[in-house]
Amino acid sequence: MTVDAVARSHVAAPHGTTPLVARLRSVLRPDQVRDGVSEVNLYRHDASNLVGHASVVCFAESTDDVRAIVLVANEFGVPFVARGSGTGLAGGAVPMGGAIVVSTAKMNRILSVDPVNRVAWVEPGVLNLDLSKQIAHLGVHFAPDPSSQQTCSIGGNVANNSGGPHCLADGVTSAHIHAVEAVLPDGSVTVLGGEEPEPAGYDLRGVFVGSEGMFGVATKVCVKLMANPPGVATMLLDFADVADGAQLVSDIIADGIVPAAVEMMDQLCLRAVEAFIHAGLPVEQAAALLIEVVGLPAAVAAQVERIGELAGRRNVGGVRVAADDAERALLWKGRKSAFGAIARIKPNYYLHDTVVPRHKLPEVLEQVYEIAARHELLVLNVFHAGDGNLHPLLVYDAREPGVVERVHAAGDEIVRVSVAAGGVLSGEHGIGLEKRDLMPLMFSEIDLAAQADLRRAFDPRCLSNPDKVLPSPAGCGDIHSIPEGAWV
Amino acid sequence: MSLDDAIGAFAAQVGPNGPVTITGLGTRGGPVVGVRTVRAPSGIEWIQPAEMTIRCGAGTPVADVDAALAEHGQCVVIADFGTIGGALAVGHSDVRRLSWGPVRDTVLQLRYVSAAGEVVKAGGPTVKNVSGFDLCRLMVGSRGTLGFLADVILRTRPRPTHEQWYSSRRDPWALLGELYRPTSVLWDGTTSWVLLDGHPDDLRGQAAGSELVAVDTPPDLPPHRWSVAPSTLTELRDEPAGTFVAEIGVGIVHRSRPAPPAEPDPETVELHRRIRDEFDPAGRLNPGLDVLAVT
Ligand SMILES: Cc1cc2nc3c(=O)[nH]c(=O)nc-3n(C[C@H](O)[C@H](O)[C@H](O)COP(=O)(O)OP(=O)(O)OC[C@H]3O[C@@H](n4cnc5c(N)ncnc54)[C@H](O)[C@@H]3O)c2cc1C
Repeated sequence: MTVDAVARSHVAAPHGTTPLVARLRSVLRPDQVRDGVSEVNLYRHDASNLVGHASVVCFAESTDDVRAIVLVANEFGVPFVARGSGTGLAGGAVPMGGAIVVSTAKMNRILSVDPVNRVAWVEPGVLNLDLSKQIAHLGVHFAPDPSSQQTCSIGGNVANNSGGPHCLADGVTSAHIHAVEAVLPDGSVTVLGGEEPEPAGYDLRGVFVGSEGMFGVATKVCVKLMANPPGVATMLLDFADVADGAQLVSDIIADGIVPAAVEMMDQLCLRAVEAFIHAGLPVEQAAALLIEVVGLPAAVAAQVERIGELAGRRNVGGVRVAADDAERALLWKGRKSAFGAIARIKPNYYLHDTVVPRHKLPEVLEQVYEIAARHELLVLNVFHAGDGNLHPLLVYDAREPGVVERVHAAGDEIVRVSVAAGGVLSGEHGIGLEKRDLMPLMFSEIDLAAQADLRRAFDPRCLSNPDKVLPSPAGCGDIHSIPEGAWV
Repeated sequence: MSLDDAIGAFAAQVGPNGPVTITGLGTRGGPVVGVRTVRAPSGIEWIQPAEMTIRCGAGTPVADVDAALAEHGQCVVIADFGTIGGALAVGHSDVRRLSWGPVRDTVLQLRYVSAAGEVVKAGGPTVKNVSGFDLCRLMVGSRGTLGFLADVILRTRPRPTHEQWYSSRRDPWALLGELYRPTSVLWDGTTSWVLLDGHPDDLRGQAAGSELVAVDTPPDLPPHRWSVAPSTLTELRDEPAGTFVAEIGVGIVHRSRPAPPAEPDPETVELHRRIRDEFDPAGRLNPGLDVLAVT
């Protein structure tokens, strides 16, 4: 279909609906297809600052619905984009080129749970925390726990290969997905991977996880569940020098201990959170580490002791071990409410996501502070220190003239120093639109061409969430449009 | 010669045309017979214990990697025979998979030589990374049909300081339910074997609580692997004991006869065809090998 024909399919017929919308209404119930301007506008963005343009929003309730929408998209040559909860931070769910938004919010059933073999089948719109809550009585949980877990969907977790504090020892989403039923970009339906451990052929499951909605729409997900640990110890260690805390992270790992979680908060973050939740956090210190070790009693006790010893050699200030579940919950609340807390400092924030080798944490953190200072910006750091996953949070007031440009310039530098330190562009938020044009920092043209080959194998017409991840028009003939709010 | 130079030489050997096959130590099936054969570079480039990562040529024997990592109290989740490249190309997991996870989760970054004879990098050097599509997982298990592995950066893990096999007459699913993260639970229809690692006091506590008896070795595993949904393993109760060893909670059944060929659906077959067409249009890499047909 030509560009003109695509444009025509968006032009409203005299009675107010476009041919595309009319066709979608003929394959779904009419109330599942929404084209009111104000409603459609709600789906122009995700949790990033990027804004695109959708033609229509469809609320799928089943695999058949998704398939029907994708077939209509193929018929009209119009792109489509799967959307879970829209909490993505890289613009992954931002619709480009008047795409059809396929919302999975109504596909939110837990289909089956096998507590013996520890697997469950769920629909993609199930919210991450809802899943773990609903299976808690079986003594199991879904390990990936993004800080957004109250609102993000399993489908979004799969598409972004999301992480969370407790992914340090247990791995990010990909390690917890056995199979995905997907509607492929041409409308065919298949199961990638399987409950069996070694399905024949290529690891298509592994390839789909982290494909940011560009390889089709996940309609059912088979997840791995983990046994709840019999013992947990949660420690808060504080430091007068950020570098000491950062160094301790490497010391612990080099000692052969892989805690369940190692999170760091710096002083500005500690202060913001303390004002918010009053947990008795060490607000006079430069940084604190929240460390959790889990397992059987002797192992937990030995690791707590050893971590204390190692911390002593790095000039630790206080070592607080949560005495009970209530105190543990309070400490975690501190970590997880960081985003709510910072809203009290400035109205806007830009959250970055890069990874550096653990031993480079002290050095790169130093650079992050320097960059923010030079651009006259406030930066808070609250991040997954255990795997070197930095989350510098630039806080600002967008009404201040020129500040947005400074935020973007600082962000760009932060990404560049991370990659230059032997790190990567993104640890868990994905590339999406946000970092698409920075991909050449990590990959050569040859490397990127191979990624484009894979994309083409799944989606020869480039209808599934076009314009994302790959920087140059990737053999699809799609000329990248620049979304509003882009900074690269 | 540095590893990077060796990779360049390896790419030149693979070249841009003509059928070519690759071999490691030949422990996992070896090369395609009758085709020009190449070998991947070998040697450990570095180990970073505090990052828990290692970089080596794909031709490096797993045993060398294991011995070098042992000095740092670490190991990789790859069964100890053949080469790293061979193990990754085949993608079969070790009996510790129940707790340690599959082989595919160990690769952080890899380089491969493409059908065009070019060196392609996938993934990144850090333990966490979602930059771009996951070509690493595409390559693991692809049996050299999409590219020949040249070098890899692998995630390591702490080497257990205390590890013990046990046996028991108890039902393996009961053991799976009551033990905390056993490393392996095997069953031959009569006897269960359990591998535990961790703090010695915890091992003693778990063993006593579940009436486990320490043994020196696990059972011998019959040579063929069947991959089935773990929930279907209960059907083995109807089969003669001793003809199989099943990995409970995982779904690998070791048997003396080969598994029947897989029956992939047409959409899966078509996706495989399209991927192979994109990566190796002439079908020159390991020619004739059908990844959907091998077991
Ligand atoms: C305050 C805050 C904290 C966060 N903390 C973390 C964190 O700790 N760790 C982390 O990893 N992320 C974090 N995120 C980012 C975000 O929550 C995750 O990326 C999450 O997995 C996105 O889920 P979602 O349902 O909102 O997806 P969306 O934003 O709706 O979509 C994200 C991507 O997934 C695709 N997609 C969605 N559903 C499907 C489907 N069914 N099939 C195919 N593709 C699909 C979309 O097309 C898009 O490309 C945070 C975000 C916020 C706002």
